[in-house]
Amino acid sequence: MGSPHGHTLHFHGHSPVHRTPAHLKLLALIGFVLVVVATPKDWFAAYAALLAVVAVVIAVSKVPPAYLLKRMVVELPFVVFAALLPFVAQGPRTEVLGLSVSEHGLLAAWALLAKGTLGVLASLTLAATTEPQELLAGLERLHLPNLLVQIMGFMVRYLEVVTSEMHRMKIARESRGFTARNPRHWPVLARSAGALFIRSYERGERVHLAMLSRGYTGRMPRQ
Amino acid sequence: MTPVLDIRGLAFAYPDGHQALYGVDLHVHRGERVALLGPNGAGKTTLVLHLNGILTAGAGSVAVSGLPVTKQHIPEIRRRVGIVFQDPDDQLFMGTVRQDVGFGPANLGLTGAALDERVQRALDQVGMADYADRPPHHLSFGQRRRVAVATVLAMEPEILVLDEPSSNLDPASRRELADILRSLDVTVLMVTHDLPYALELCPRAVVLSDGSVVADGATYDVLTDDALMTAHRLELPFGFDPRTVGSPPGVG
Repeated sequence: MGSPHGHTLHFHGHSPVHRTPAHLKLLALIGFVLVVVATPKDWFAAYAALLAVVAVVIAVSKVPPAYLLKRMVVELPFVVFAALLPFVAQGPRTEVLGLSVSEHGLLAAWALLAKGTLGVLASLTLAATTEPQELLAGLERLHLPNLLVQIMGFMVRYLEVVTSEMHRMKIARESRGFTARNPRHWPVLARSAGALFIRSYERGERVHLAMLSRGYTGRMPRQ
Repeated sequence: MTPVLDIRGLAFAYPDGHQALYGVDLHVHRGERVALLGPNGAGKTTLVLHLNGILTAGAGSVAVSGLPVTKQHIPEIRRRVGIVFQDPDDQLFMGTVRQDVGFGPANLGLTGAALDERVQRALDQVGMADYADRPPHHLSFGQRRRVAVATVLAMEPEILVLDEPSSNLDPASRRELADILRSLDVTVLMVTHDLPYALELCPRAVVLSDGSVVADGATYDVLTDDALMTAHRLELPFGFDPRTVGSPPGVG
């Protein structure tokens, strides 16, 4: 069953950041990310300034920094990759803490880490201060094709239904003594994934039926 | 008077050859509340899907208030027949309760104040007006079922068709839904396995078994006909005896 507390990324509040129309926030985020990506690797002061911008927005939004930091784990795979770069990259070597590392690699790792962190932090701030529904309305105001907005809307609506179904299947498996521990167990997981796909597909058909029953003709009505 | 629902000799076979309905005759008149009973696989869902033209009759005919269910009448038929499906998660697919209830009337071409008023009235009828701006998946199951009823009421149907309305509800939600259904001034066809619920809400019951109607009469008479009940795999829940409950006031 869905949690009654709203989306896991959203932090309820009434700050000016929360109240800003979603399409403006989306444009600001896209602009910010473009600037971050375009900033040369060795302009260290510029990165500090960009971080300060995000920090000010977070402070104004009154979203607790710890709330955002916890959700930054999505960045972890990139961090691992960044940590490997100084060791595998070519070019002049330098000594750091007694280890021989590539200078290029070190700079590349820094840039990846800095750009990634700023981007993820800014995106999380948007997600924390904007309800999924507002976000969809914002995308519509930005003239994203209606069909794409519809598909995203259905995704938002059914994400929880499908994940809770997945969770129930996991509990059912475990209740019968199955816990996936090693690759030999993967075929079972694959069959579960297949079953979940079929169920979701059938649900899609039933939803379509329910839509037809209320006069759907292939276009979302203007409301 | 033209019946709201007029089914004559309806037969249907699925493309794989499975024959689900063998000549069903059923008339439902304005203001009636009718229970459609029958064991699993009797063809109840197949019958329901014929009422608004999702499936088309192999033989025989279906008419709603005199309008035959055929391709050219589909939009009007779907306004007249409101189907509430069993799983509210299938029925509620929009982002908020308000959008969801507005989906049907907006498809009918309503906009602006007229649309808002429709939505408001439907939500008031099921007592869910306070939840208009909530996403449906954050409501309890009973609340979702009530919103599902509202999505159909908003189209001002001539007949409300409910598929297993009491399934998965806790006793309090089940009673609340019964109160709502009783308060509505609309013709109801209710598909159910919940026989006490059928007795409570519907003065008339129709039994569908193996694709044909095998009984049609007062719900009390159907439920107390032991031979009929056994022959068609209908069983009353433990401890429930219609003879001691009697017919509810104002019914039968």
